Amino acid sequence: MTVTASPSAPRAAQSKPLSTLLYRHRWLRLAGLLSLPLTWLVGLYIVSLVLLLVTAFWFIDPFTSKVIPGFTLENFALVFSEPAYITTSLRTLGIALAVTLLSAAFAIPLGIFMAKLASPWLRAVLAVAITLPLWAGYLVKILAMRITFTEEGFFNWLMAPFGISGPGFSILTVVLTLTYLWFPYMALPVYTAIRQIPVNLFDASADLGARGFTTIRTVVLPLLWPALLAGSVFTFSLSLGDYIVARFVGGANAQMIGSIIASNINLNPPVAAAFSVIPIAFVVIYLVVTRRTGALERM
Amino acid sequence: MLRLTRGTKVAFGVIVAIVLLFLYAPLFLVIINSFNVAPIANWPIRGFTLDWWVRAFQNEALWAAVQNSVIVAAGAMVFALILGTLAAFALQRFEFFGKHTVNLLIVLPIALPGVVTGVAFSNSFNNVLEPVGIQVGYFGMIIAHATFCIVMVFNNVFARLRRMNPSMQEASMDLGASLWQTFRLVTFPQFRTAFVAGGLLAFALSFDEIVVTIFTAPAGVETLPLWMFNQMARPNEATQVNVIATVLILLSFIPVYISQRLTRAEEEER
Repeated sequence: MTVTASPSAPRAAQSKPLSTLLYRHRWLRLAGLLSLPLTWLVGLYIVSLVLLLVTAFWFIDPFTSKVIPGFTLENFALVFSEPAYITTSLRTLGIALAVTLLSAAFAIPLGIFMAKLASPWLRAVLAVAITLPLWAGYLVKILAMRITFTEEGFFNWLMAPFGISGPGFSILTVVLTLTYLWFPYMALPVYTAIRQIPVNLFDASADLGARGFTTIRTVVLPLLWPALLAGSVFTFSLSLGDYIVARFVGGANAQMIGSIIASNINLNPPVAAAFSVIPIAFVVIYLVVTRRTGALERM
Repeated sequence: MLRLTRGTKVAFGVIVAIVLLFLYAPLFLVIINSFNVAPIANWPIRGFTLDWWVRAFQNEALWAAVQNSVIVAAGAMVFALILGTLAAFALQRFEFFGKHTVNLLIVLPIALPGVVTGVAFSNSFNNVLEPVGIQVGYFGMIIAHATFCIVMVFNNVFARLRRMNPSMQEASMDLGASLWQTFRLVTFPQFRTAFVAGGLLAFALSFDEIVVTIFTAPAGVETLPLWMFNQMARPNEATQVNVIATVLILLSFIPVYISQRLTRAEEEER
């Protein structure tokens, strides 16, 4: 790298008034850097979100079905009282939780295998093998799962000799597909965390007489919490807001919160707005909690 | 070392094999199905054809969708590069009140469900801006995409700045270089790879996005994911989708290859 500095250093202060001004005033530099990003994020995004949330207090004229500005809590009351809506909310939470647990259940043994059992060559291959599907495209993967689990499809053909019939298009397939989509986001931080555990911890554990599983349970798992939390930010919150998967592989009874928001936005915007409060609340709480633990900074 | 019994090791190996099968078998099925004679994905496949490939390449709506996706992703990438880099410098170089809030603000658009972001933007575009005579049209899509792409550039540049030595810039300024000269000749070359990587991630994220696009795309305009979405909604016509999906699966090797190269180049730089 060659740095060609100006030879006229002594005159710098006079000839570069802007540089000098910015150099002297720290807050001016900060303001210069922050003004554009903040204008964009607050002026466009936060204002849009607020405008949407405000609609949640408005109501629909029953005769013209036009949205009328006002103040009512009925939309929120509906979200928390209508049985179909409650079922959908609970189902969505259950699905997001199941995806997170399933991802963790596979990510931990995979991470241990990669970090502790695999040869360096195999480790490198597996690292690429886990990252590659991340790039394969969201709809591509949903399509792939649909082809796999379709009625006359591959999975049922594969399992037929064992007398097993696949899940078809159901809530289970939604869980599997969401796991398929977000698994690498859990697997990578978990693997990195296991690699970072000092070897002498394992030696110490073994010297003290702990067997493999005891070591995993008492030494590895407690050290994995930050990584699991970081991974769950993706597996949980991305699953929580999804509705495309439910639409394509969920069959008739797998509606999620996102489905209700999407289908109501034109028919009944206030209800859609009231519903979007649920994922927003969950995601913000989740982000704040994970920030407290410092899990996000390790990624 | 971690001492595991032979049985446990075998069990872990089996789990890894299941994970790999789970990750890759469905993708192979997509590739095989793009040559399937039958328009539906029944297994085993009865015969093979190149018909869907020919039809896909002659499909003008599909090419238009590809073009739209490239334009939107490129636009979103440019905005994200500018905004993400500015924010990264502000948050890395300064301590100020509300820093954590700004950080949260950058992460929020990607962390919140796409349906919320999409609905919020479409609400602003259609119910606030349009009544006062502002038609965002095509540009609305780029604005929405750029918003959730900022974090990609931010994360990459921020991480690099943290590792950079600030005395290089001080030396440059002491030698009389202006802020801009210092940035161009000293600072930028040091975070260039992170800048490029962030830009690529932003492009890829936008190119693949569907949910926000559903709500912000102007009537009659399709991006590639939107085209796929509309095709998949009609299951019996979803034959050309397999072709496009196959192409996208093959294309996904490129960013992985690039990121491997970048990491290697970075290791050599150090």
